[in-house]
Amino acid sequence: MLRLEGLGKRYPGSQTAALSDVDLEVGAGDIVALIGPSGAGKSTLIRCINRLVEPTEGRVMLGNQELTGLGARQLRQARRRIGMVFQEFALVDRLSVMENLLSGRLGYVGFWRSALRRFPQSDIDMAFQLLERVGLAGFADRRADALSGGQRQRVGIARALMQAPDLLLVDEPTASLDPRTARQIMRLIDELCRERGLPAIINLHDVPLARQFCPRVVGLTAGRVVYDGPSSALDAEVLTRIYGGEDWEKMAEAAREDEPPDEPGEATRSTADQAGTVPPKAGLP
Amino acid sequence: MNRATAAAGMTWRRPPVIANPWLRRGLFIGVPLYLFVALGTLEINWARVMAGMPRALEFLAALASPDFVSRADQIIDGVLESLTMTLVSTFLGFLLSVPVALGAARNLAPVPVYLTCRAIIAISRSFQEIIIAILFVAMLGFGPLAGVATLAFASIGFIAKLAAEEIEAMNPRPLEAIRATGGSWLQRVQWAVQPQVLPRVAGITLYRLDINFRESAIIGIVGAGGIGATLNTAFDRYEFETAAAILLVIIVIVLAAEYTSGWLRGRLR
Repeated sequence: MLRLEGLGKRYPGSQTAALSDVDLEVGAGDIVALIGPSGAGKSTLIRCINRLVEPTEGRVMLGNQELTGLGARQLRQARRRIGMVFQEFALVDRLSVMENLLSGRLGYVGFWRSALRRFPQSDIDMAFQLLERVGLAGFADRRADALSGGQRQRVGIARALMQAPDLLLVDEPTASLDPRTARQIMRLIDELCRERGLPAIINLHDVPLARQFCPRVVGLTAGRVVYDGPSSALDAEVLTRIYGGEDWEKMAEAAREDEPPDEPGEATRSTADQAGTVPPKAGLP
Repeated sequence: MNRATAAAGMTWRRPPVIANPWLRRGLFIGVPLYLFVALGTLEINWARVMAGMPRALEFLAALASPDFVSRADQIIDGVLESLTMTLVSTFLGFLLSVPVALGAARNLAPVPVYLTCRAIIAISRSFQEIIIAILFVAMLGFGPLAGVATLAFASIGFIAKLAAEEIEAMNPRPLEAIRATGGSWLQRVQWAVQPQVLPRVAGITLYRLDINFRESAIIGIVGAGGIGATLNTAFDRYEFETAAAILLVIIVIVLAAEYTSGWLRGRLR
């Protein structure tokens, strides 16, 4: 479905490449977690695919179409096939939930139709169906900024699906959410992708979430792919390759402890313990 | 806890803004000295000040007894003309500002467009309204048309500059999201930019509306119509009571504009 060949990105004025020589293939229905330390180039990689960031090297193939090298108009048409979900939701706050959903159809309707909010009935039907599917039935006319974080991300997901995409790019969908909502959102993305056989690339900084929801994990470090394999094979050795040295066994224990976050006191204590007892760059077992 | 290792009784002082002690002391002494010397170079003609005093007092006395009646027709005509000029010029100025503001926002426009639009803003802002009014009076003749042209032109610089700043400071994420859906440039502006900046831009325009009313009183003096022309005539005829009445009317209208625009801005959220 999606194939990246030798993809590279160097920001102007920067000594080091943000991405170098990334080869990646994502098949139909693949749900891939993209993990790596901050600054590894996860966001850049995901944005190079729909060219929100212009790659400086290599090729992006979506199906049989090469996205790199498309002209402005063709690029806009190609972007319709790629839905995107954002870290801080990226909703237009002063617009209603319905308008935010319909904005997913902007690539399909002309300027005046969109300006006058005269979308085809089929788009409106789809919007109502999606709202119900993500659990926001009855929220159509609420302003986006009146919703909670989890609800806002549901709107973000529904907007991306309004594009009827062939590929979903998801950039840190849970970064601004509490642990419980984060799981719900990941579960929703997972279900929706499976229902549609929709392949997805999900940037995550939370390794347990990646393990739980994504069968396949790609590890990125300093702009290079250092791991590409099943999430079940993520062990201390692989995590060290991706993130550098750290006491992974203890981290995993801490993660298990706050797995059911019913008692907030418990969870805070275990994170405090972790911060206090795990020295940085501790030797690995 | 290793906080205990820090020694007790350490003093702390806010570091001086100017680190170099000589420069700091030099400035402390030099600046007042310069001001003192500069004051000395002003030539004040006390005799002329004394001669002008009675006229100033006469004018102040007139302010206490404004005459709204004897020139009522001219005052009403002048106010109406000024209000018309204000509304028309602000509306025109707003319409012309929109493309300039979009072009002057670095996050929307390519560099050549950006530089062109910034230049338009700079030109519009670099001249005081009076100078522009003199130019337009020469081009279009005496009367409110010149006034409208002046105020519309001056509004472009004001509204477009503040609106462009607002666009540059908006949250870039929604814009990125609309780009990602395949929206065109116009759709991005309409869906991601406009909802974010419209309340502030409306506020800026309302603010410009009451600036334009005040300016309409000034530019009338150089022949661009409105209440300023009436005011100028009153001064020319030494009708200080009428002039005082006009000033009071201007103050009341500016106050009213201030309160209504403040109220409107509060409602636009």
